[in-house]
Amino acid sequence: MLPTRKCLAAMAGFLLGTCAVLPAQADSANEQFISVLSFRVGPYGPAGTGIFGGFLDYLSYVDLKDGGVGGVKLTWEECETEYQAAKGVECYERLKTKSPSHGTMIHPVSTPISYALLEKTLADKVPLVMTGYGRTDAVDGRYFPWAFPLVTTYPMQSTAIVSFIAQKEKRDLKGKKIAYVYLDSAYGKENIRYLQAEAKTFGFELSLHPIAPPGNEQGAQWQEVRQSRADWVILWGFGVMNPTAMKAAAKVGFPRDHMIGSWWAGSEEDTVPAGDAAKGYLAATMTMPGKSALSNDVEKVVYGAGKGNLPDKTRIASVNHNRGLVIGLITVEAIRTAQKKFGKRPVTGEEVRWALEHLDIGEARLKELGAAGLMPAVKTSCLDHEGSGKIKIQQWDGTRWTLVSDWIEGNRALVHPLLEESAAAYAKEKGITPRDCSKES
Amino acid sequence: MQFFLEVLIGGLLSGVMYSLVALGFVLIYKASGVFNFAQGAMVYFAALSFVGILGLGVPFGLAVLLAFGAMVVLGVATERFVLRKLVNQPPISLFMATIGLAFFLEGLGPFLWGNETREVKLGIADEPIAILLERYNLSVSQFDLMAALVCGVLVAALALFFQHTRIGRALRAVADDHQAALSVGIPLQTIWMIVWAVAGFVALVAGLLWGARNGVSASLVLVVLKALPVLILGGFTSVPGAIVGGLIVGSTEKLAEVYLGHYVGGGIEGWFPYVLALLFLLVRPEGLFGEKHIDRV
Amino acid sequence: MFYREAGQFKTNYAADQQIFPLLQDRIGIAIVLALGFLVVPALAADYWFSAILTPFLVFSLAAIGLNILTGYAGQLSLGTAAFMAVGAFAAYNFVLRLPGLPHVVSFLLAGVCAALVGMAFGLPSLRIKGFYLAVATLAAQFFVVWALQKFPWFTNNSASGVISAQPVHVLGLALDSPRRNYLFVLTIVSVLALLAKNLARSNTGRQWMAVRDMDVAAEVIGIPLLRTKLLAFAVSSFYCGVAGALYAFCYIGTVEPEAFSLDMSFRVLFMVIIGGAGTILGSFVGAAFFVVLPIFLSIAIPAAAQLLHLPFNKASVTYIEYMSFGALIIFFLIVEPHGLARLWQITKEKLRLWPFPH
Repeated sequence: MLPTRKCLAAMAGFLLGTCAVLPAQADSANEQFISVLSFRVGPYGPAGTGIFGGFLDYLSYVDLKDGGVGGVKLTWEECETEYQAAKGVECYERLKTKSPSHGTMIHPVSTPISYALLEKTLADKVPLVMTGYGRTDAVDGRYFPWAFPLVTTYPMQSTAIVSFIAQKEKRDLKGKKIAYVYLDSAYGKENIRYLQAEAKTFGFELSLHPIAPPGNEQGAQWQEVRQSRADWVILWGFGVMNPTAMKAAAKVGFPRDHMIGSWWAGSEEDTVPAGDAAKGYLAATMTMPGKSALSNDVEKVVYGAGKGNLPDKTRIASVNHNRGLVIGLITVEAIRTAQKKFGKRPVTGEEVRWALEHLDIGEARLKELGAAGLMPAVKTSCLDHEGSGKIKIQQWDGTRWTLVSDWIEGNRALVHPLLEESAAAYAKEKGITPRDCSKES
Repeated sequence: MQFFLEVLIGGLLSGVMYSLVALGFVLIYKASGVFNFAQGAMVYFAALSFVGILGLGVPFGLAVLLAFGAMVVLGVATERFVLRKLVNQPPISLFMATIGLAFFLEGLGPFLWGNETREVKLGIADEPIAILLERYNLSVSQFDLMAALVCGVLVAALALFFQHTRIGRALRAVADDHQAALSVGIPLQTIWMIVWAVAGFVALVAGLLWGARNGVSASLVLVVLKALPVLILGGFTSVPGAIVGGLIVGSTEKLAEVYLGHYVGGGIEGWFPYVLALLFLLVRPEGLFGEKHIDRV
Repeated sequence: MFYREAGQFKTNYAADQQIFPLLQDRIGIAIVLALGFLVVPALAADYWFSAILTPFLVFSLAAIGLNILTGYAGQLSLGTAAFMAVGAFAAYNFVLRLPGLPHVVSFLLAGVCAALVGMAFGLPSLRIKGFYLAVATLAAQFFVVWALQKFPWFTNNSASGVISAQPVHVLGLALDSPRRNYLFVLTIVSVLALLAKNLARSNTGRQWMAVRDMDVAAEVIGIPLLRTKLLAFAVSSFYCGVAGALYAFCYIGTVEPEAFSLDMSFRVLFMVIIGGAGTILGSFVGAAFFVVLPIFLSIAIPAAAQLLHLPFNKASVTYIEYMSFGALIIFFLIVEPHGLARLWQITKEKLRLWPFPH
């Protein structure tokens, strides 16, 4: 046998040996373990480092500043998902066994992973929280007791953008042309029916411009946009598609201050690579851009102690970092709410689920946390797992984002019935009987 | 008509960008018969190294040189640690090895320089040329024209290099027949190193232009998907084929998206060039300029 | 010594023609099956079933499919994931629209659908070969994913384009636990793997190998090229289609078309090449390697970094995983270009000769 072959066999043995000792329970009495399914590499990695940097910074912040929540220390473990469903499932299963709470609550920050985990989290009794993405019809808690598309959903966001455009056009959209430039995937297509309904009510003309994934080629679509003399563009992009869109818009001379992106298309990672082409570009956001009392305190406490998660301190309080802080804040507030009802001890998934359904983060509470204006006030209920549905519009001035609108709510009267219809269809397909929300406390 | 022209010109200019990536494939395939899937990763790695070096405060020209240096080191290392060990293995093993290399580079690049999406400033505005816009209402981007020019210069330089230098002749000899080239005393390994270094240079140029267009991020790796149909159309072994193939793919995919897309719901740019290439292959199995392969039993 | 045919006399043709003519092989297979069906279910935890064993089996099946096409018939394909996608979505629609049909039948019919699509995209193989064919199969990869997304009928008008697989029932039993899912997948994979093994040594299999080794020569000795190649595409896609259905129904549970990306096609091709082209065993070894290795790296490297107090953050550790993964692929290709299954061959040879070196 060749020496290399021996080495091969030895490696195989080692591999199997290590795998055999895999997951072990690592939860001591007074710790709340949180599964963190993060993505930091791959095409969406740049957004991921910011978001998970913020999320983990907030958890460290609570641990360092208050010694955890109600005396219970927060612990966590990260697992890289690369935004892919299969890896996400493996990570979820791996981390699930590490605590009796099955990971407290899961933030996949990835639509494919949220779909893949929807039923697994239901079976394991751990809440699935999707802040601003994921399965939108889970807004209806009667059919989706364990899934929470918190703060806002894509349809609410796109209708809010339409309402912003209406504001700018002095509430008269008759005969205006709005081009919807979207990534040709589930994420982009879900909005079409809502936008079409809006087009009917407002009387504007909607044109659709799908971009083949990954979206690094958009020349033809933008020439169409220019040809059709669209007044506004709604951009539903992700990753490389966003800077490319801004560049392509500049290339055909479309004014960027008439382009409004979704919140996946509204961070520094999207505009900086586009350089000057991004100047004036607008985007929806559910978290306030820039420094806040909270982010300053996080910088002082966490980065001062050398425990910061971002390798590059200049990214503190960037849009994605703030988004991560909000995810962390929601996590901690939910645990706090659960502790209030069930006692100051590590809480279970079921208790956190109850808390998420009775979440009430009002303006006053946000102010207390130093997060006033960082996010909209959120109040959930059994019927409404979204809790807000509000966004602001921000504008890129070439170096940073500034807010150009107040909170705008999506067209709830249009969106929620359609979501409910979709949820009911899902329930029928799966044979789920809805809960009766009036009987829940 | 004006719209048709505009789309056509835009498509042709995008096609040039595809050619640039395809060129790197052709060089390596020609000289070593390796289908180098890592070309996309090389484009990413080159652009990332450039931006990373630039970020250290190095002037532009020196940064280009240093990034090129990194690509040369990479080429030499690939020859030394991968290709040399896999001599005489079936082409599929070599192909797989280049995918392994792609994984390696996709890890190494951000490991060294971080993975934030970054901007490349080349100093050319990506805006419509004013005169054309005013006179003929044609929107043609300055930047794209510049890119086409760079690509033209690159191809001309490569052609000269291949035709008129000693190394170039040796390269062509190796491309024709490895064993015959070896037997007349051409150092195969040196030649391979040079080819990989040249492909690294092409990757750097492609990385800079694509980076200036879309930003430097991991998505840069995906530009290979645009280059593959160009390769089949033009033939794996032909430099002019890469250019012509790029022009055909670029223009037809844009025209198809605009004029045919609506009938089927759009977003057909992803697969259209592949189906086009497939149909084309049925007529000419070796591509436009590829060498005809004769089977001997 | 331990592994030789001496003394095993065959007295009739049936005995001579069985799949595993050697007693040792039959015992070996019996042990492996007993391990898979009895020992593992008794010992393993849920994590193992849902995160390692089930994907391992599903990908083994896909790798067998591709191995038939690439390893046996010599046609390079990068469209594996597309055929899996066809299988997954066809199974979903069969279960949805023909509720009376047993689920196993739906899965097999899904395989048939994939086979038809595979044949359509296999047609060019008559004119083109090698890397040209590989790139041409990418047309299937991109077109199928696009079509599944574009026409809402496939996803039953789901607004998001994501299907969620219906609960599976087999013979009145609900597959509601990871263990049951595993056993179900194991049964299907075992049966199909044995069939593939048998097919490979049949007339068809030999025709495939003749075409692989030199198609012109094969044609000269009277093997119909078109039929042989298309049959390879059909059988291969059938396996991939069933694998895709199992992927959707028994592994992930919900699927969107984008999940079946080019990346997945590459992974399956890796499994075939690293495991060993032209061997059924290789498909299993390759799949095990590619399912376990990334998980192993993602556990071992952070642990090692922590142990050695290396100043890496989480992202850097992930990049090191990438680099190690790439480097290991190259390493294995260099060490064993014929695939890991070759190691088993060498071991068998050793066992045969033991205790003598030659």
